[in-house]
Amino acid sequence: MGATVSSRRLGSDFVRKVKKISGQNLQLCYQCGMCSGSCPMVAKMDLSPRQIIELARLGLEEEIASSRTVWTCASCFACTVNCPRGFDISKLMEAIRLLTLRKNVDYVRPEGIPREERIELPQIAMVSGLRKFTG
Amino acid sequence: MRLAYYPGCTLKTRARSLEEPALASMEVLGFKLEEVRRWNCCGGVYSLADDDLIHHVAPVRNLIRVKKSGNDNLVTLCSFCFNTLKRANLLMKENVEKRDTINRFIEEDVEYKGEVEVLHLLEVLRDKVGWKDLARQVRFPLKELKAAPYYGCTLVRPRQVAIDRSESPLILHEFLKSIGAIPVDFSESTRCCGSYQILHDRSFILDCSADIVSSARDAGAEILVITCPLCEYNLCQGQKDLAQRRSDFIQMPVVYFTQLLALSLALNPKVCHFELNSCSPESLLREKNLLRQDAIGG
Repeated sequence: MGATVSSRRLGSDFVRKVKKISGQNLQLCYQCGMCSGSCPMVAKMDLSPRQIIELARLGLEEEIASSRTVWTCASCFACTVNCPRGFDISKLMEAIRLLTLRKNVDYVRPEGIPREERIELPQIAMVSGLRKFTG
Repeated sequence: MRLAYYPGCTLKTRARSLEEPALASMEVLGFKLEEVRRWNCCGGVYSLADDDLIHHVAPVRNLIRVKKSGNDNLVTLCSFCFNTLKRANLLMKENVEKRDTINRFIEEDVEYKGEVEVLHLLEVLRDKVGWKDLARQVRFPLKELKAAPYYGCTLVRPRQVAIDRSESPLILHEFLKSIGAIPVDFSESTRCCGSYQILHDRSFILDCSADIVSSARDAGAEILVITCPLCEYNLCQGQKDLAQRRSDFIQMPVVYFTQLLALSLALNPKVCHFELNSCSPESLLREKNLLRQDAIGG
């Protein structure tokens, strides 16, 4: 993957917002990959959690926005408990999701869920899923 | 002993099979779980955004109701509710600035500072009943039942709210031993079932179920023991789909830990609501003579 990194990107609005929403110091990560190694969803992701951290701190917003990784995260906190640097990756994933959802763009349309599934699914699935996928 | 109890939404519908055997069993063990009056939805997931306070209001309102009722403890059964309420409580305890803002917004006549202790029922069994005492009160030990304890995510992660070690937890193992079953350790016992991804892509769930069930089976288990209504749905739904797609896939029954508790205490199996289990454990339990006709009221 080729990408241009510049001081403008490093200090961009995107980096500032991600830091503010996640409350995390992106520079803590030393790219060991424990997060990706412990992630149960990594096989379904196009970018691993480790790569997302690196792209986020370099301000490569477009690369992250075109990836499905944050929408594949199940917030299971496996990465969080396994990070040797105490970096809470689940909060970074949430921050990136919210940058989309807060523009009132839903990732899952509730009306798109088939009626029979809506009836069958436990409420806990609906409540937690719609919290994560809709604004 | 009386303890405040928070059920959450799913326990009143699909997961009555988690709730009813728990309440009946705790009564036998000398605990009255009193449902919090006028409880509201906890929000399902704890908000992970640092600049978001509004999503903490729902869980905190519940905690305030518990405090106002004069209770120090709040017992939960659903893994999601446990995690959300316990993390919200921790926030109220530790973050003075956010606590003040939330309290001002909620405008209750008490100021909440995280005084209530949020517990999961397994912690009550371990710390207030004790494994030895529980074992003493077991009337029908679940002999020879090779049970795989499946923890999932939110009971053991993140670390600051975990009911046991995040890696290789043992609390469910100890519980199973106390009621006479044989806990079968397996590598995927804390792996996520796919959680709310069921709303987005069912194929995620299928792969997770396949890995979890196969790992338990390879380790020698004959039944999967769970704590969470979303795990129940995902693991069972996934298994049903897998059985249709893969001829070599063998389904495994899935049971709530509270159902096994009720059986071990000789309660009427009716209280377990096995009709609500999507991967029914009944034929296995019957085969092992664990659905006893001489149970209380049976």
